[in-house]
Amino acid sequence: MRHLLDILDLTPEEIGQLIDTACDIIADPDKYAEKCRRRKLATLFFEPSTRTRLSFEAAMYELGGSVLGFSSSSSSSTSKGESVSDTIKVVSCYADIIAMRHPKEGAPMVASMVSGVPIINAGDGGHNHPTQTLADLLTIYREKGTFENLTIGLCGDLKFGRTVHSLINAMSRYSGVKFVLISPDELKLPDYVTNNVLIKNNIPYEETTDLIGAMPKLDILYMTRVQRERFFNEQDYIRLKDSYILTPDKLENAKSDLCIMHPLPRVNEISVAVDNDPRACYFKQVLNGKYMRMALILKLLEVE
Amino acid sequence: MVIDSITDGIVIDHITSGMSMTLYNYLHLDKLTCSVAIIKNAPSSKAGKKDIIKIDRPIDIDIDVLGYLDPGVSVNIIENGEIVKKFKPDLPERLVDVIKCRNPRCISQDEQELVHIFKLTDRENHVYRCIYCESKGKAHFKR
Repeated sequence: MRHLLDILDLTPEEIGQLIDTACDIIADPDKYAEKCRRRKLATLFFEPSTRTRLSFEAAMYELGGSVLGFSSSSSSSTSKGESVSDTIKVVSCYADIIAMRHPKEGAPMVASMVSGVPIINAGDGGHNHPTQTLADLLTIYREKGTFENLTIGLCGDLKFGRTVHSLINAMSRYSGVKFVLISPDELKLPDYVTNNVLIKNNIPYEETTDLIGAMPKLDILYMTRVQRERFFNEQDYIRLKDSYILTPDKLENAKSDLCIMHPLPRVNEISVAVDNDPRACYFKQVLNGKYMRMALILKLLEVE
Repeated sequence: MVIDSITDGIVIDHITSGMSMTLYNYLHLDKLTCSVAIIKNAPSSKAGKKDIIKIDRPIDIDIDVLGYLDPGVSVNIIENGEIVKKFKPDLPERLVDVIKCRNPRCISQDEQELVHIFKLTDRENHVYRCIYCESKGKAHFKR
């Protein structure tokens, strides 16, 4: 039985297979409409989420399966003090596969230790968000046709941005990839990612606070939201939340085939005026996320 | 100062000066009913001074704790007044319930009776990280 806790649980070959499956689903969705008939996905969202939960649910419905679960810890037994382990032991009696989001880092790992069914990490605090990365990877693949020789700018909250950490982990395994890390000093990439991934693997990277200066060299610009829920101190959040706002004028020196990505939801870090730019790919990411989650559910349920 | 040699037991030698009480506490030697001698600031040809712990009974000692807290120590197993085994503990690959994760966002802070586990991620710099949240283990002791 396999779980997906971290994007590195999947080899590059397995990611390639998931992308192949996702592309096949896109080409012929009817072929997959009954693949998960009589199978149940539990979506356990101990932390509020709209798009990730709906994406998982849409994915399972499109595979012919059904869905059960809860969308906040207040509507689960967690509010009565139940542990993650106990919740998972109970739910794995009802469902064939579990997608869980939890505000505490490592909660899906704890779940995987006791679960009788596959666990998918749908986000654990500021730690990991591997299925967002799968959505990001399919988007990069469909837009660029390759994962190699790309310069990827990551902008905004690189400290708490779990999507950023997972994407760096995933893309570091392809040759010729460079990273430009654009953030205020207070929201720089944590040392465990810098040391354990970038430095350890000799991946070229630069850290800067200058988005406009970095723009011309980028093949991909990955914007992130400064997340209020990750701050203990409201003052720090207010001071940093508007650090980077992408507007059409800041794209003047960008490459014509730049791919602008964002894991969503956005607050104001990408101006709505950018949405009409053909380089804006963030709504394509949403759709790609559903296809990759379909492919992942098939893989973890071992459905041929 | 003279401390009697032991017949059957363990001598932890070459402890970094000042670390003996930390080892004593982490190894829970206060729970033993046999004689335990703590020798502080004994002369050492290599380090100038060192600490030594003598335990007057064979016990199962947590080698991982020793390897993590003070990797330079040597452990002598004594039987019938003779050293029958001598070894230096290595840095352990995993630490189970030796140190606690201090990251307030880590699940280990909330989950009932969850075992705190750290894995060695950088042997050269003695870096351990929590298996749940990947935060660096904070040293609770003076090195």
